[in-house]
Amino acid sequence: MGAKMVDFNGWDMPVEYPASIGCGIVNEHMAVRTGAGIFDVSHMGDIRISGPQALAAVQHLCMNDASRLELWQAQYSAMLHPQGTFVDDVIVHRHPYGYLIVINAGTREKDFNWVRENTRQFDCTIENLSDVYTQIAVQGPRAAEVLQKISVANLAQIKPYWFTLTHLAWDDGGSKRGVGDVMIARTGYSGEDGFEIYIAMSESDSVAVWNVLLEKGKEFGIVPCGLGARNTLRLEAKLPLYGHEISDTINVWEAGLDRFCKMDKPEFVGRAALERAKAAGVKRTLVGLEMTERGIARDGFKVLDAGGGEIGYVSSGSPAPFLKKNIALAYVPPESAAVGTPVMVEIRGQRVGAVVVPTPFYKRPKKAA
Amino acid sequence: MPYPTDRKYTKEHEWIQASGASATIGITDYAQQSLGDIVFVEGPKVGAELVAGKTFGTVESVKAVSDLFAPATGTVTEVNAELATAPEKVNTDPHGSWMMKMTLKNPSELDALLSAADYEKFVAEEAGH
Repeated sequence: MGAKMVDFNGWDMPVEYPASIGCGIVNEHMAVRTGAGIFDVSHMGDIRISGPQALAAVQHLCMNDASRLELWQAQYSAMLHPQGTFVDDVIVHRHPYGYLIVINAGTREKDFNWVRENTRQFDCTIENLSDVYTQIAVQGPRAAEVLQKISVANLAQIKPYWFTLTHLAWDDGGSKRGVGDVMIARTGYSGEDGFEIYIAMSESDSVAVWNVLLEKGKEFGIVPCGLGARNTLRLEAKLPLYGHEISDTINVWEAGLDRFCKMDKPEFVGRAALERAKAAGVKRTLVGLEMTERGIARDGFKVLDAGGGEIGYVSSGSPAPFLKKNIALAYVPPESAAVGTPVMVEIRGQRVGAVVVPTPFYKRPKKAA
Repeated sequence: MPYPTDRKYTKEHEWIQASGASATIGITDYAQQSLGDIVFVEGPKVGAELVAGKTFGTVESVKAVSDLFAPATGTVTEVNAELATAPEKVNTDPHGSWMMKMTLKNPSELDALLSAADYEKFVAEEAGH
C-alpha cells in the first residue's frame, strides 16, 4: 500500500501509510479518535493453555486473577519475573478449551519458553499459536459500525473486554464471501472503543477481510494505520509499552499497574518480591508530563527537577496529535510525582520546562447509553 | 514535485538559493515526504557561524528527530519565525518555506553542490532501494 516500512523486532511493519491516500501519523491518529482506523497487528503472539490444570497454570503465571473470568471474558494482566518485574504484559481470554494469552510481538519466543518452563508442574498443554492467527484491529468510535457490516455476531452484545467466536460474511460484487471461525474481542490499544479480530491463518482470508473493512469503513473515514499512530494513540491513553513503561527491571508498583495485580491470590510468580517491594516503598514512579516550553521530550531523555538535578528519565515521549501538546511518560521519585510539580527535560543539551499532569492524558468521551 | 532550477541541492536534502553572498536555505520535497508530518523546527540563532557539512539545527516529525546540515559556510542573518508556530508549512511548501538566510563566506562552495537535475537523479536512486 506504499507504506513507509520499518523493522520492528524482526517484523517488516508500516510506520505510517502514504499522504497520497490520506494517511500519515497525524491523519491516522485523528481518524481513530473521530471515526475508525484499521491496524494489521498479526505480529502479536498467541499462546493457548488447555487441560485439567489450565486455570492453575494461568494463575501461577499471571498477576491478575483469571478465576474471575467468565467464559468469553478477557482481562489485562502480566507475567512477572520472580523479582516482581515484567516478562510481558498480556491479555488473557477465557475460552471453552482453556485460556488464550495474547502477548507482544517482540517477545513471542521468550514468552512461549517462559510459559512452558513455568508450567511444567501443571497438568496442562501449552501451544504456541502465534503463526496460526493473523490479527486485525479496528479502533475508533465508529469501529463497531464498520465491523458490524461483516460480522455475523451482533457486536452490541459484546461488552468491552469480552469476546466471541463468529463468522464474517459479506457480498463481494454479487457473490457471497465469508470467513468462518473468527474470534472478535472488544479490546484494543488505542484508548477508543474497538475490536481485535483473530483469523486462523489464511493469508487470502486476512487480506480479504482487510480490504472489505477498508471499503465498508469508507463512509466513516477509515484509514489504514501504522506503528507510528499506534504509538501516539496508546501514549495519549497512557497504555504501557514493553521496553518503555514496563520491562524486566521495572516492578508492578513502579509502573502503577496495582489494580491488575491481585495480591490476595495466594501464589503467583513474583508475588513474594512484590510484597517486599511494597513494604520497602517505591523509589520511582510513572508520571505524565506535559511540555510547558518549546520542545519535544523523547524516549530516554533525562528529567531534572526545578533546580536542575537529574531525577529520572522519559520512558516514552512524543507529540500528541489529538491533544496538540507534547507529552511524555517518565519515571521520577515519588517526591517529584505530585500533579503540578515543575520539572525540566534535557533535550539535546537544553533544559526545557515541563510539568507533571494527571493521566491518562486522553480519555474517550462516555457514550450515552 | 519538480525541483526548482534556481538553486543548488545537497545530499542531505537541503536546498540553497544564492544571490551573490546572500543565501536562503530550506529542505527539499523528498526530505519532507520522508519525514512525514513536521511538528518542530529548531533553527540556528541569528549571528551563528555555520560550517559547511556541520549540523545547524533539527527538524522533528512525530516519530523522529533529524539533523539539518549547513550547505555552506557563513553567518546566519535571518531565521524564519513562522516555522515556530506553523512547522507544517515545510510539508505543504518545502521549496517555498525557507528556514534561514545567511551571508556566505565562500560563495564558490556552491559549485560543488548538486544541480536540480543531479539531485533528482540522486533522489531517484535513494528511493529506488
